[in-house]
Amino acid sequence: MSRKLRYVLILVALIALAGVGYLLFDREPEPQPTVAKPSRIVDGLDMDTGLIAEGDYLLVKGNCLACHSAKLVTQNRATREGWLEMIHWMQEKQGLWDLGAQEGPILDYLATYYAPEESGRRPPLEDIEWYILDTID
Amino acid sequence: MLGLDDADPLPGKHPGLTVLNDRPVNAETPPHLLNDSVTPAALMFVRNNGLVPRGLPETPTTWPDDWTLRITGEAVPEPVTFTLAELRRRFPTHTYQITLECGGNGRKEFSPPAKGNQWGNGAVGCPRWTGVRLRDVLEAAKYDPRKAVYIGYYGKDTHLSGDPDKVPISRGVPISKALEDESLIAWALNDEPLPLLNGYPLRLVFGGYPASCSGKWLSEIAVRDRVHDGEKMEGQSYRVPCEPVAPGTAVDDEDMCIILEMPVKSLITSPRTGAVIEQGVPLSVGGHAWCGSSEVARMDYSIDFGSTWSRCRLQSPANRFAWQRFTAEVTFPQAGYYEVWARATDADGRAQPMVLPGWNPRGYLNNACHRIAVKVV
Repeated sequence: MSRKLRYVLILVALIALAGVGYLLFDREPEPQPTVAKPSRIVDGLDMDTGLIAEGDYLLVKGNCLACHSAKLVTQNRATREGWLEMIHWMQEKQGLWDLGAQEGPILDYLATYYAPEESGRRPPLEDIEWYILDTID
Repeated sequence: MLGLDDADPLPGKHPGLTVLNDRPVNAETPPHLLNDSVTPAALMFVRNNGLVPRGLPETPTTWPDDWTLRITGEAVPEPVTFTLAELRRRFPTHTYQITLECGGNGRKEFSPPAKGNQWGNGAVGCPRWTGVRLRDVLEAAKYDPRKAVYIGYYGKDTHLSGDPDKVPISRGVPISKALEDESLIAWALNDEPLPLLNGYPLRLVFGGYPASCSGKWLSEIAVRDRVHDGEKMEGQSYRVPCEPVAPGTAVDDEDMCIILEMPVKSLITSPRTGAVIEQGVPLSVGGHAWCGSSEVARMDYSIDFGSTWSRCRLQSPANRFAWQRFTAEVTFPQAGYYEVWARATDADGRAQPMVLPGWNPRGYLNNACHRIAVKVV
């Protein structure tokens, strides 16, 4: 994706999010859910967090990372249902707030960019860094 | 917020550890760094559910004598408080080498994926722990053996949300486990103060059970007249389906059972995976094997994906719940790509599976054989 297109997309997303935020705030003031400010993006990753800087990642940044590190997101993989289950667990047990209208976009983001991959019962060994072993004691 | 904090995220730890999560701090040790028979403090993995208590030294050199441990619960006549100095003075001191392994070690491989920290193989270590027997302290608090069912711990770590009323984790073990000789209230790891990230100044150590039973920054032990119902004892945490389920099955909370003993397992710690060797030169392979109950009775390796197995040399453990060193001289029939697979078998004849064992929603108890890649040229 070109830098310009990405910029435009982010701008559009921000305006849309600002609208959602405004509507939420207008209806029922909820201080917690927030949209984070964009930061530097390198190779498609948000440099603050390591999140894939596509879609509604700023919603994830604003809501999910208030409590835990982004690494808890980026190292996990799940379907939309799986991510929803995790959100419900955090709401029941860990004090996460009601995500309101932001829940849908957050789930879309997570299910799109952090979806499960088929790996079977034992995947091949990957990312092997070969090195010459010195076998002389 | 993140990234602005210049403090060392892993004080006292080796730079080679793999950080899975920085809030809460979770880090594992790559297998080739676990080659020592006794795991050095800097290489002991870090698994936290909450935030490390503030106000403690990052690299402790001595102990706070006035740190207190309260013994409470339905099965003691009244709460009793001991200072750390009193614990050290009043009770006989014991040292054991004990393997601690996270219940979710190996979670990364489960398919469909299980939620939580995606541990590879390195959430395990086996240092020497020094402390007093939990049994001696419970007896001094006059616990009632007719009432006692479980012990549950509380520590000084704080909840991620910052809510002081929320407990990050409060688990424990059945009273029979609590009373074992090797069940310790420990203040030293390899004769030094515990590393801050591993529970300084005081923690529990239970060999053979998920490491989450061994509470850190220990401040209270409740002797319960029921199965302890603290944070992460119930629901799906540290539990597996009571009946085996097909991969991906949703399991109701009431059909999940608490994990007690950990299964037999082993790790190849030498050489590091990816070794390129010359044809005709034997390869020295080494590692450790452990299990949750008895002893590892037999250790085998395979270089043909389990078609044939050869015996490794296997040492006796330093004491119960210590891992056991294994070694083998491996020769390869021709040049090419090989994997060395290691398989431990316990005294009851239970061996590590080559494929993933029973899928469970949270991805616990993966004791599938470890393997390394070797290229013969």
